[in-house]
Amino acid sequence: MKSIADIKAIRDKMKGQINLRDNKDAEQEIRIVVGMATCGISAGARPVFNAFVDDVASRQLRNVKVTRTGCMGMCALEPIVEVHIPGEDPVTYVHVDPDKVRKIVANHIVNGNVCTEYLIGEERK
Amino acid sequence: MRELALNILDIAENSVKAGATLVCISVRAERGLLTIEIADDGCGMDAEFLKRVTDPFTTTRTTRKVGMGIPLFKMAAEMAGGTFRIESEKGKGTTVRATFELDHIDRAPLGDLADTVVTLIGGGCKSDFRFEIGTEKGCFEFDTRELKAELDGVDISEPDVLVFVRDMIKENLMDIGGERL
Repeated sequence: MKSIADIKAIRDKMKGQINLRDNKDAEQEIRIVVGMATCGISAGARPVFNAFVDDVASRQLRNVKVTRTGCMGMCALEPIVEVHIPGEDPVTYVHVDPDKVRKIVANHIVNGNVCTEYLIGEERK
Repeated sequence: MRELALNILDIAENSVKAGATLVCISVRAERGLLTIEIADDGCGMDAEFLKRVTDPFTTTRTTRKVGMGIPLFKMAAEMAGGTFRIESEKGKGTTVRATFELDHIDRAPLGDLADTVVTLIGGGCKSDFRFEIGTEKGCFEFDTRELKAELDGVDISEPDVLVFVRDMIKENLMDIGGERL
């Protein structure tokens, strides 16, 4: 059975990688922000957050941070996810689910192609 | 909310927003009763606001006039034959405690507690958390302060760390029968 002490192997691996990063890498960090207020949680934001964590970990994307925030003000469109890539306009995805997460990570985060079909603008058409 | 673990996430998220340095979450299933307690050392509430806090039309937000988190948790407890209590003192913190009849037909399942823990400790959150999950088969405790000490400077919200924590909690919950609650 795993315990906190078993984290040592992961810690040593991460430390090696963190030492390789410099300040320039920190500026290039991609942020994925998931709305996690009551509206987001009840609409399914928790599995979305965890799907991002799983995908980022399994793809070993070292410059991507998954974070959460409060209500983004459009409760009917939750779960809402914002993707912030340095030097680009933020992109807002709505009605996100774990399947869409996999496509957003593969197409947008890894390959740089925005998943236009999940954008907030598309939802309103 | 389909799971009580989602209510826990929602209430604990309020604790984080209240500036808590430590949030203690306890889930105990004993003698036919499920008890969930979320205690924080955040900014707390004054007596006047505390009186209105279970009203869905009470919120600290200024952008809209509804606050559903606490009323939904209270409703989940009361429809499962349980009780709901909230205590708070301005500047000292807040404790929310709800009980549920374990075998009540209207009790929502506890759900995925490991996912809730990962969501809370990830996402660049500054607060520390202490989790305590007890059943008649045993007890499991997890403290982010201990984890941070072991991590020795590595960020707790690194995805590899979060995946490890989720697996660890799932294994330990399974050992004490917590996954069936």
